[in-house]
Amino acid sequence: MTLNAILITGRTINQGATIENKTSLDYQEATAYCELNPKDIGILGISPGSCVSVTTDHGDVVVKLKENKGNPDGLAFIPMGPWANAVVNPDTRGCGMPGFKGIPSRIEPTEKKVLSMKELIARYK
Amino acid sequence: MTVITDALCPFCGCLCDDLTIVVEDNKITDVKQACKLGTAKIMGHHRIKAPMMRKDKNSEFTEVSYEEAINEAAKILSNSKRPLLYGWASSVCEAHKKGILLAEELGAIIDNTATVCHAPSTLAVHEKGLPSATLGQIKNRADVIVFWGSNPVHAHPRHMGRYSVFAKGLFTEKGRKGRKVIVVDVRKTETANMADEFVQVQQGSDYLVVSALRSILSGHADVVPDTVGGVPKEQLIKIVEVLKTAKFVSIFFGMGLTQSKSMYKNIDNAISLTFELNSFTKCVITPMRGHYNVTGFGQVCAWETGYATAVDFARGAPYYNPGETAANDVLLRKETDAAMIIAGDAGAHFPADSVRHLARIPVVQIDPYWNPTTEVSNVVIPVAICGVEVAGTAYRMDGVSLRMRKMVEPAHPPDTEILEKITERVRELRGE
Repeated sequence: MTLNAILITGRTINQGATIENKTSLDYQEATAYCELNPKDIGILGISPGSCVSVTTDHGDVVVKLKENKGNPDGLAFIPMGPWANAVVNPDTRGCGMPGFKGIPSRIEPTEKKVLSMKELIARYK
Repeated sequence: MTVITDALCPFCGCLCDDLTIVVEDNKITDVKQACKLGTAKIMGHHRIKAPMMRKDKNSEFTEVSYEEAINEAAKILSNSKRPLLYGWASSVCEAHKKGILLAEELGAIIDNTATVCHAPSTLAVHEKGLPSATLGQIKNRADVIVFWGSNPVHAHPRHMGRYSVFAKGLFTEKGRKGRKVIVVDVRKTETANMADEFVQVQQGSDYLVVSALRSILSGHADVVPDTVGGVPKEQLIKIVEVLKTAKFVSIFFGMGLTQSKSMYKNIDNAISLTFELNSFTKCVITPMRGHYNVTGFGQVCAWETGYATAVDFARGAPYYNPGETAANDVLLRKETDAAMIIAGDAGAHFPADSVRHLARIPVVQIDPYWNPTTEVSNVVIPVAICGVEVAGTAYRMDGVSLRMRKMVEPAHPPDTEILEKITERVRELRGE
């Protein structure tokens, strides 16, 4: 099943603790995931830990699914970093700041794997 | 074994200054009092060993000498018509000064990580000013603390203990028991779980909610609808009462305001609310700054150029217009034809289209660590870590300047030295 959600990105403690170690698997595990509440996970029909593709008007990315009971319905959270930034809105809207929060997104289960940091950036070369 | 007491933490804008560092044989073996973020940074990670270069971004790097790398960096920058010098937040003010001088020499754009963080707050401060206070004043006096779009449990883990929620001070001897804590966020975060009052706003509705609070405060509750941005009117009225009857209100705000719809206008409105509350009680507002010295870059840039960030030297004199001259503006317009990324990671923290453009142009990276920017770089110059291996000045989130201490001897040169050498070489190449 597909879920339409509003995507926000932001800091987490593990993202911060691995921020100077971005070639590590720890950093990937700390940032390459998407949090939804249990009800929205139920709509997708898969369990946390499975891979999901997150698609917006600006790109797509594969991340792991995680549960966060604090999210309201239809709100997805990806920690700030290269995986989140594959799908955020680049438009700086006249003040220099890209759209890191409030991005309409489509979330679907996928068989694809999460790309490593190096593989992800290689897509841009 | 050496024990360094009262050391400063080079991670977030809290700049905690009570750390104890244990050093054995020039290696840090223990960090006490720091949070998980500070400990991870001070204990250290895998470093880039030597300078590296490559022509083609898809090929492997070759290790080179510092002299070769500095020469190539200077060539790239002096051949550029529209260079961008970006990053700076993980470095000390002494490096910022050198960087601004290099930008002026090159006619470059210089921008810092605030561009994806609190730069909209700077725009709001231009319009309204900033009624603020030091964290010391807040610790000693504030009895109502508001976190709006900010999650300090994750991003500033010791903030609540040292300066705000739990801190005990001169007039706040009861600590947490004597304080009311209000958290405004779109989701129930760990910070929200600790609040007396959690206000859950619909994503992108912060401006409306601030406006409703201002209407109620000015005696016009009658014009406020039953719910505003997902928040019931009764809760808004209750919050205004708590704010009005406080002795000292301290509002802290984060990316939930600067990065959501309306961006700098959210802050503009929140500052107006702060001003208006001062008709009833004392109220201050403070941005929760991310990197330990992102505030410092704004200070140095403002006293050197007149502007805090996104300064364009192409006209020969400083020009500033975020939306036109910020790092992502020039990358997305594909205007930048060479970039130097220092003490910040554009590769990880810029949108894909900006990183795509960085992958197409020559990039010089000056950083201790291998990160996504390294992946799109041509020249990589490893440096010592400021605040761990290099002493220098940094500014806390409240604008208080503090002296970062050297904990161990570095194996790499400091970024000030690299910047000086690049500037010298740029002058030589231009025949000056």
